[in-house]
Amino acid sequence: MTAFAPAPSARPDAPPDAPLISLRGVTRRFGAFTALGGVDLDVDRGERIVICGPSGSGKSTLIRCINGLESVDAGRVEVAGTSPADGPAALAAVRARVGMVFQQFNLFPHLSVLDNLTLGPMRALGLGRAEAHERARRYLARVHIPEQADKFPRQLSGGQQQRVAIARSLCMQPEILLFDEPTSALDPEMIAEVLAVMAELAATGMTMLVVTHEMGFARRVADRMVFMDAGEIVEQGPPAEFFAAPRSARCRDFLTRILQH
Amino acid sequence: MSRRAARPLALLCLVALLSGCSATWGWYVVDPTTPRGLVNLRFLVSGLGYTLGLSATAIVISVVLGLVVALPGLSARRPLRMASRTYVEIVRAVPILVLILWVYYGLPVITGITLGVFWSGVVALALSDSAFQAEIFRGGIQSIDRGQYEAAASLSLGYRDTMRYVILPQALRRILPALGNQLVYMLKMSSLVSVIGMQELTRKANELVVTEYRPLEIYTVLVAEYLALILVVSAAVRWLERKMNADERR
Repeated sequence: MTAFAPAPSARPDAPPDAPLISLRGVTRRFGAFTALGGVDLDVDRGERIVICGPSGSGKSTLIRCINGLESVDAGRVEVAGTSPADGPAALAAVRARVGMVFQQFNLFPHLSVLDNLTLGPMRALGLGRAEAHERARRYLARVHIPEQADKFPRQLSGGQQQRVAIARSLCMQPEILLFDEPTSALDPEMIAEVLAVMAELAATGMTMLVVTHEMGFARRVADRMVFMDAGEIVEQGPPAEFFAAPRSARCRDFLTRILQH
Repeated sequence: MSRRAARPLALLCLVALLSGCSATWGWYVVDPTTPRGLVNLRFLVSGLGYTLGLSATAIVISVVLGLVVALPGLSARRPLRMASRTYVEIVRAVPILVLILWVYYGLPVITGITLGVFWSGVVALALSDSAFQAEIFRGGIQSIDRGQYEAAASLSLGYRDTMRYVILPQALRRILPALGNQLVYMLKMSSLVSVIGMQELTRKANELVVTEYRPLEIYTVLVAEYLALILVVSAAVRWLERKMNADERR
């Protein structure tokens, strides 16, 4: 499992105990709708955070602000001391540290699995073909589909596609992985295989922020639960406390509804 | 050419030949069994090289130019979008024939650059078509899901790599039928360049009509020439489409 270990990345000017990700007063509006209303969040290296909440509560927007897929209207996002809003070079530096797995996989349909995995390392990291291929095959084996390298995405099941997407992110050797509802587009029988890969990943010490409704996964894997509603973090804490005794009424309501079925 | 495509062509030739039996037709001018007819036919077909050369050169330039115009049209920056829009609106508004005449007769007066018949034709056709190509590219690129850009961004790919390896290959597959359309259109519009004296198929036919006084037969041959040419091109485009789709489904 050493292949999952993030590359060492301590910045000389960042204090060793500084959080890896820091959000301060992050606000994001879409027209009249406030998706995020001044969110503060710190994430330490190696922390596994599960973010939950009703739809439209700002969970996806929150993690998309971390790698600059959404710009922020106010407040500041920092990843290892760098803000994605500080120009193209800073944005590139942040994205080099942060990988992302999407609800709809977003694999490149015109490229084989292997080419999906090698495109980033070859074009963005400047790896040679042989090295990129070797790395791609290593991570495909990690997500348990080494035999699918030469297939095209549409030939794979949803669960396999999402595992390819995870492997594709890992090929960039990020320090942080963001998961935006990674199992929401999957048939029930495929959810388990993706969650299993994510749990293995968590066990290697990868810093992970996962937006999901899979509360079983959250209980097993998360160091910290974050509950969002209406663009705010309403409540957060270790999963044991969070599930046993949610403090806010909104969180209690949400958990009751989601855990019922 | 596919068998389905060959059938209407054969039918048309048959109708034309049958009607030649009546007294009003004089197929002797293009009868390949007589020396005179053979010379005339050779003369008519000798324009093929220019028609093909002109169309092929113009379509390559117009595709490149169309892409160059389309990309700023998709920019987040308003001045770039406006520049692209303005180009498309102006170029699209000028009739091709007018543009051919203007490039051939007007451009040398204004700029002192004389392009000659072939390159005047190429420039006029390419310019005119580029506006349409730009719109086709814009539509194709806009049809690509936003998630593809986001995935590319999260892999640290820059604009150029994202376009080159992720967006354009997918867009190109989707716009291939429209590009095939433009190629056919270009082949047909190349006939207009005959007005400035380019020795392509239509010009050859016009010249022969003047000496033989048999417009009906000669223009019928011209129709058959374009029809054959375009059916071949259509079949080639279809083949390319199938091949690209097969690659993707492999």
